[in-house]
Amino acid sequence: MIRERQTPMREQPPSQRIRNFDEVPLGYTPDEAVQEAERCLQCAHAPCVAGCPVGIDIPGFIEHVKHRRFADAIAKIKAANALPAVCGRVCPQEVQCQGVCTLAKRFEPVAIGRLERFCADWEAEHGTCCPAIGAPTGKQVAVIGAGPAGLTVAGELRRVGHAVTVFELLHDAGGVLMYGIPEFRLPKAIVQQEIDVLREMGVNIQVNRVIGQIRTVDELLSGEFDAVFIGTGAGLPRFLGVPGENLNGVYSANEFLTRTNLMRAYRFPEYDTPIKVGERVVTVGGGNVAMDASRTALRLGAKESIIVYRRSDEELPARREEIHHAQEEGVEFRLLTNPVEFFGEDGRVRTVRCLRMELGAPDDSGRRRPVPVDGSEFDIEIDNAIIAIGNGPHPLIPQTTKDLEVNRWGNIVADPETGQTSKAGVFAGGDIVTGAATVIEAMGAGKRAAAAIHAHLNGADA
Amino acid sequence: MYKILKKRALGPMIHEYVIEAPEVARVAKAGQFIVLRLHERGERIPLTIVDADPATGGVKLVVQEVGKSTREMGDRFEEGDSLLDFAGPLGVPSEIERYGTVICIGGGLGIAPLYPIARELHDAGNTVLGIIGARNVDLLFYEDEMSAACDDLIVVTDDGSNGRKGFVSDPLREILSSGRRVDRVWAIGPAIMMKVCSEVTREFGVPTVVSLNSVMIDGTGMCGGCRVEVGNAARFACVDGPEFDGHQVDFDMLISRQRYYADEETCALDRYIADRKGAET
Repeated sequence: MIRERQTPMREQPPSQRIRNFDEVPLGYTPDEAVQEAERCLQCAHAPCVAGCPVGIDIPGFIEHVKHRRFADAIAKIKAANALPAVCGRVCPQEVQCQGVCTLAKRFEPVAIGRLERFCADWEAEHGTCCPAIGAPTGKQVAVIGAGPAGLTVAGELRRVGHAVTVFELLHDAGGVLMYGIPEFRLPKAIVQQEIDVLREMGVNIQVNRVIGQIRTVDELLSGEFDAVFIGTGAGLPRFLGVPGENLNGVYSANEFLTRTNLMRAYRFPEYDTPIKVGERVVTVGGGNVAMDASRTALRLGAKESIIVYRRSDEELPARREEIHHAQEEGVEFRLLTNPVEFFGEDGRVRTVRCLRMELGAPDDSGRRRPVPVDGSEFDIEIDNAIIAIGNGPHPLIPQTTKDLEVNRWGNIVADPETGQTSKAGVFAGGDIVTGAATVIEAMGAGKRAAAAIHAHLNGADA
Repeated sequence: MYKILKKRALGPMIHEYVIEAPEVARVAKAGQFIVLRLHERGERIPLTIVDADPATGGVKLVVQEVGKSTREMGDRFEEGDSLLDFAGPLGVPSEIERYGTVICIGGGLGIAPLYPIARELHDAGNTVLGIIGARNVDLLFYEDEMSAACDDLIVVTDDGSNGRKGFVSDPLREILSSGRRVDRVWAIGPAIMMKVCSEVTREFGVPTVVSLNSVMIDGTGMCGGCRVEVGNAARFACVDGPEFDGHQVDFDMLISRQRYYADEETCALDRYIADRKGAET
């Protein structure tokens, strides 16, 4: 008999968790993990593996969990994924491995993400083992950006014996894992742990390095490096472009989350960076970042946290789990609503004017286009607004690298299979290529690029 | 870690530092800035580069002790100590060309970033007229350095404790009214000073460059906290600037945005002063 439903994961209750920044889901016990692993059908064709951007042997690791061979399980995961503790927490499994799980045709899919997280946490508790490193190849690779794509490239290439230096612009490695995703969803100690493993493997991570200024990509290539990977992400915040958006109290989600996560503003004045959150906060957008921002606002003391999104519930791009968590915590969703202007007093935002929308014919993205309803204007009194409508490519590297082809949005043009850019020896992947996407997609791109870089370095030998 | 190679007092609450950061020193240009962090709990502080010496790897900065972090730097960070983080150079360098006659105006701490620009404009063959000013003599520095960089230097203080009594915009207006041909003006200092100077030069149609010090977190284009309206469009001081056309900048918005965290800044400073007093007794 197969259990129809997933083994639930214990969570901090909503009323308690909105007063702290501790992680919300608490993880499986070994017994819970084994119970969930027993649900796996071990299908021969394993659609889940194809559904995983980094191709983890999912039935293989689950079989180990089922027999309580947790060390073997994590080794199996790590053969394909350098950051399992991160992915087990933030991957959109519902549209990847779990979305294609055979069980999902009749019951709930196997909770693959929760099992992955369990294995990673089990390892952290029992002592991580550093993966074996191949014999030194004498080749050196520069990785620009220590986010999910760059860290994956670094891990993969180091493992086969190349020397890898990662250059990070900020003072901490991790990219969006550090500055963007909140502590309550991805504890920073876990990110740090995964980065420490890379350091133990011999990856040279240098923070505070403004590549493009201190050295250009060409200078890296003409210097000691045989190849360069660019994984500089989508760091440039988009704004709505409506009047009043530059009033005080209107934040980009990047600013709001960076102050809170990277700079620990939630612990001001113990930490030096402040943040200001009033009683009513409106977050504009419907993705994971909007969920993160609206939930963060509650934890920073907002009495009302409201999501304003111009399409309907069905189109919300966030993971279902994040939407569910936000709703549980009391975040209010005002769907089919679009902000058109902000008004303020003494330079501070006080009101956002919105229009009600209805869904018309499908647009280029295949989603039904939101159309304003005539005469539907209404105002919401607010203390803060957070604009979470996406990010553009970080411009520094494209601007300072000659002959590097970019598309009309400023994303670097790279082969989706290899990450090869228009410049020889220069590869790119992650959000700087695709535009804002997910951690795991960036890691998938990093993995493919690492294979291509490895081939390029070997070819250069011949 | 980034070692403090030199520290010297320029006034009661102003220090000049030379920080060891050879990679930055090798490429830094006038008009650019760095971001530093004192320690694990520190904020990211953007500071405009005063000088950079590729030979010694030193980057020179001037810090006025106005808030908690800058006070802490002045009180607790001495020669031989190290800063935790130091990243740069950031921002677009000043456009140094041979314009003809240029007026370089520095107000208060703005004298520090102005100095290398004046020197480079002079080296590029411009006639450089300098105007520097501060509230009083204690807040005025680099008089000798600016004298050497300029063909002519006028010093003013609000209270007349050094040089002429008045504001930097007074001699600016006099020079422009005299009919002397001036091809470009650089004005760097408090937002209100840059605003007034830009209003004066607008009357005379002289292109004017200002350097905006809006509130920043990362300083690399990611947070948008430093956004300012220039010609009715939002621009980021960190990556589009920090220098902009003074005639296009909405200074009132800049001033308003600079003040958003005033309460928190006061809270942090008061707490720091109380802690220090507690530690002394």
